[in-house]
Amino acid sequence: MYINNELCFNTINVELIELQNISKSFGETEVLKDVSATFYPGKTNLIIGASGSGKTTLAKCIVGLTEPTAGHVLFTGEDFHSMKFKQKKTVRKEIGFLFQGSALFDSMTVEENITFTLSMFSNMSIEEQLDRANFCLQRTNLENVNQLYPAELSGGMKKRVAIARAIAMKPKYLFCDEPNSGLDPQTAAVIDNLIKEITEEYHMTTVVVTHDMNSVIEIGDNIIFIYKGEKWWEGSRDAILKTDNQEVVNFVYASKFMKTLRK
Amino acid sequence: MSNLGLGSLGIASIIAFFMGAVIVIQTASNIDSAWIPEYTIGFTARQSIILEFSPTILALILAGKIGSAVASEIGTMRVTEQIDALEIMGVNSASYLITPKIIAAVVINPLLVIISIFLSLLGGWIAGTMNGSVSTYTYVYGLQYDFDSFSLVYALIKTMFFAFAMTSIPAYHGYYTSGGALEVGRSSTKGVVYSSICILIMNYVLTQLMLS
Repeated sequence: MYINNELCFNTINVELIELQNISKSFGETEVLKDVSATFYPGKTNLIIGASGSGKTTLAKCIVGLTEPTAGHVLFTGEDFHSMKFKQKKTVRKEIGFLFQGSALFDSMTVEENITFTLSMFSNMSIEEQLDRANFCLQRTNLENVNQLYPAELSGGMKKRVAIARAIAMKPKYLFCDEPNSGLDPQTAAVIDNLIKEITEEYHMTTVVVTHDMNSVIEIGDNIIFIYKGEKWWEGSRDAILKTDNQEVVNFVYASKFMKTLRK
Repeated sequence: MSNLGLGSLGIASIIAFFMGAVIVIQTASNIDSAWIPEYTIGFTARQSIILEFSPTILALILAGKIGSAVASEIGTMRVTEQIDALEIMGVNSASYLITPKIIAAVVINPLLVIISIFLSLLGGWIAGTMNGSVSTYTYVYGLQYDFDSFSLVYALIKTMFFAFAMTSIPAYHGYYTSGGALEVGRSSTKGVVYSSICILIMNYVLTQLMLS
């Protein structure tokens, strides 16, 4: 595949996610058109595009929250959508998902949110679960929040708790939907760096859906640009700044800041 | 079970007590013939309360309270992507969120109805003796007169069906909410309205099957 020969993987036993000709329609409206892509382990794979371009729908198709109208999603070579319920459940246990609004369980404390999947799907004792929760919270730079409820946390803290929850089961795949939405630039940078660090540390296949150019520049190892439901462009963060593809240029250099930077 | 049961105990108790009091006062005020014995007041109160008022009226009131709580809780979880989070974790969200609520209501509502029956009869006794329309002895005699224990079984069976309706229907509407806060409100309203209608229809069908 592409990317200056940087991303060459032996695909056997590697936690690749491959999209083959994904299409999705809602009634007459075609949201995704024949999207094919590969997401690599240990790299931060970005799906970028304007609002309404279909990037969140694509992420939901990948994790099975939405069934694609056509095409295949392969997790380590296995077609996810043709799997039986039990097989899907096994794959889902290996997926961590950071939602745009964090989606923490309101009725549970931070600690309970993190230990939830551990109590449901692992054989860990309660002490081990609590140790794991504390480790994940430390890893996301959170302290003394174990007994707080989501309503008592700031937006940035909620995102970090959501990341802690997502990595609690040591997932092979991490999905982040607009991880920086609603955050100030400093907190956004902290979240970006955290995602990049844990991706490299645990060698996860991370897919980040975003339209934030800071994230693209900070953490974008492998970038897919979606335009009107189609995969319009693919490349690295260096390549996206130099491309002459007009739609990508319009997206990347939309702000005055980026235009100034380009000059 | 604590939320659905203990949370509803206060309102159920208040309603039951005053409902019983009003039934006795109204029955007493409508008996204007010397040929109708005084113990009819206790007898009528018992029959009305056990057969209809405690199971059905309580169910309709709880359908409003529990139904709206269930629909809005699950609906909010849907629009804030908490249900999607459960699904991605590999949890069967419908089973995890809805089944415990149905079981809790089916188990706890008969207990609420038994408490409600007791408090209604107590309310009736206090109201009847305070305004002098019936003596304690006559009221208790009326309560015991020609008592058929099947009426209690009938009331409790009805209650279990009503409990199922008042949780499952709002849960369904909450679970399939899409949109935002406005839609959560709509789901909550739909859940209460449809479960109330379902309770009334069930009441008719079960009465026809069990008492006719």
